[in-house]
Amino acid sequence: MFQLVSDQPLILARGLAKRFGDFTAVDGIDVSVAPGEAFGFLGPNGAGKSSTMRMISCVSLPTSGELRIFGMDPAVDGSAIRARLGVCPQLDNLDPDLSVRENLTTYARYFGLSRAEARRRADELLEFARLTEKAGSRVEPLSGGMKRRLTIARAMVNDPELVLLDEPTTGLDPQARHLLWERLFRLKQQGTTLVLTTHYMDEAEQLCDRLVVMDGGRIVAEGSPRALIETYSTAEVVELRFGQIRPADIVGKLEGIGERADPLPDRVLLYTADGDAAVAEVTRRGLQPSSVLVRRSTLEDVFLHLTGRTLVD
Amino acid sequence: MAHPTVAVLERNLTVYRRVWRASVMSSFVLPVLFLLSIGLGVGGYVGEVGGVDYLAWIVPGVLAVTAFQMAVGECTYAVLGDFKWVRSYHAMRATPVAIRDMIAGWLLYILLRVEIAVVVFLGVTAAFGALRSPWALVTPLIAGLLALSVAAPVTAFAATIEHDTYFALLFRFVMIPSTLFAGVFFPVEQLPDVIKPLAYASPLWHAVELCRAATLGGAPPWPVLLHVAYLAAFAVAGLAWAGRAFRARLQD
Ligand SMILES: Nc1ncnc2c1ncn2[C@@H]1O[C@H](COP(=O)(O)OP(=O)(O)O)[C@@H](O)[C@H]1O
Ligand SMILES: [Mg+2]
Repeated sequence: MFQLVSDQPLILARGLAKRFGDFTAVDGIDVSVAPGEAFGFLGPNGAGKSSTMRMISCVSLPTSGELRIFGMDPAVDGSAIRARLGVCPQLDNLDPDLSVRENLTTYARYFGLSRAEARRRADELLEFARLTEKAGSRVEPLSGGMKRRLTIARAMVNDPELVLLDEPTTGLDPQARHLLWERLFRLKQQGTTLVLTTHYMDEAEQLCDRLVVMDGGRIVAEGSPRALIETYSTAEVVELRFGQIRPADIVGKLEGIGERADPLPDRVLLYTADGDAAVAEVTRRGLQPSSVLVRRSTLEDVFLHLTGRTLVD
Repeated sequence: MAHPTVAVLERNLTVYRRVWRASVMSSFVLPVLFLLSIGLGVGGYVGEVGGVDYLAWIVPGVLAVTAFQMAVGECTYAVLGDFKWVRSYHAMRATPVAIRDMIAGWLLYILLRVEIAVVVFLGVTAAFGALRSPWALVTPLIAGLLALSVAAPVTAFAATIEHDTYFALLFRFVMIPSTLFAGVFFPVEQLPDVIKPLAYASPLWHAVELCRAATLGGAPPWPVLLHVAYLAAFAVAGLAWAGRAFRARLQD
């Protein structure tokens, strides 16, 4: 009966566009994010992910289209919306001269927390970000992973209903990324609505319930990671390398094996429901690949299929 | 609930608490050294100016120029840096802090810094017996108004530029000439007629004359209200410019 209120999307965009002069960074996208969702924008550099996130964060106004956050218009109620958001921008903007703790308490004060509340919240968040040991340290000498965790912790000071993370783990080493994913997963389990951008398909698969694939300012596909793979790829992919022979020259000989074959500069990708059967057929045709790898399909394959390009180059 | 302006002021004070040592020399020690070397040293040769000994004559000038130089100096690299490298204004932008809070919180911080330096300086000069009128007590107000009239446009300028080389121009063509020719060290009447208007145009000259009238107990060359209005006009125009500059920088 009261579902109407709680089912209102936290983010609703219709024909949302951002232009810088003649250049169109975001080209009329439709997005809807429900409470409790973990939603992702997956796309390569320059796809328009940050431009979109900045509009959702109410720090950049849409050039055209409709945007509602918590049902409010950023052009009118920007400050009221920002009070309920947690924003982790692509570039860290921590205060390097301040201590880790001061970065949290200072930011908490921007949201109107009392000094006592700010201190209490900082303690909780230091614990959450596993930075309690570093509370008194200046920010400057911290590792990239620590700074990123601090930025995310800072985004949580106001207990936001919606957390926006622009490339949360870009540039981090694998260990730091896994720790961050684990922290974000905990937020997700607590029911916090997460919206993140990434150009890592494994990040999108790990964290997102639903995502859109962005390219050139447009959304080219939408769905859960599993649904996207089922729709745009096959269950398995065989990666074949042929030493000196150019992949483009060999594709013709692979015709009829699996659903389709994509030649990349250094290998051929063979999309098929059954990888082992496809490999057997390749061998039966007398082709001798220098290396063979059978793997599950990923979002990378989806992106490649949709755009003809790889995500990370 | 704390006002966002207060939160921004607190942030600036928190940063200052970490770096204050670097500014002790320029804020507190240099003005006094200046006073001693020029006031006593040069004063020994000059004797009296306008009927008072030279030290007492330049005290109000050095007081005003201290506020002036602090306002210019603190609002250059620090402001550009907070936009360009620290990006702390971008961080504030993602919170309920409004652009007017960023500017007000910054200028209040500058005001506080200037007032502390001016009051310390006033105490030292009082000990030298260089204050000749109880009106000297209003000099912190004049210095505060001067600081705002200078800090607001300089902050706007720093928020506008992309590169810190512009500051060299500001120092060379605005700050140093003002310091030298705005009646701090010698009366503006000594200047050639063609240069005098430049001195009158500088907010510093108006503050120097007001401060001098206050510490020596006389009347400034123009009506007090006119001097004050000139400074206030600079502050208001600077605030408007700063608002536009911050908005242009933070909003695309
Ligand atoms: N402020 C800006 N002015 C001009 N062009 C911009 C600006 N911000 C982004 N762009 C351009 O818009 C495109 C999309 O950028 P961005 O949204 O940052 O993409 P992503 O985050 O997906 O890498 C890029 O080509 C970028 O150069
Ligand atoms: Mg980006």
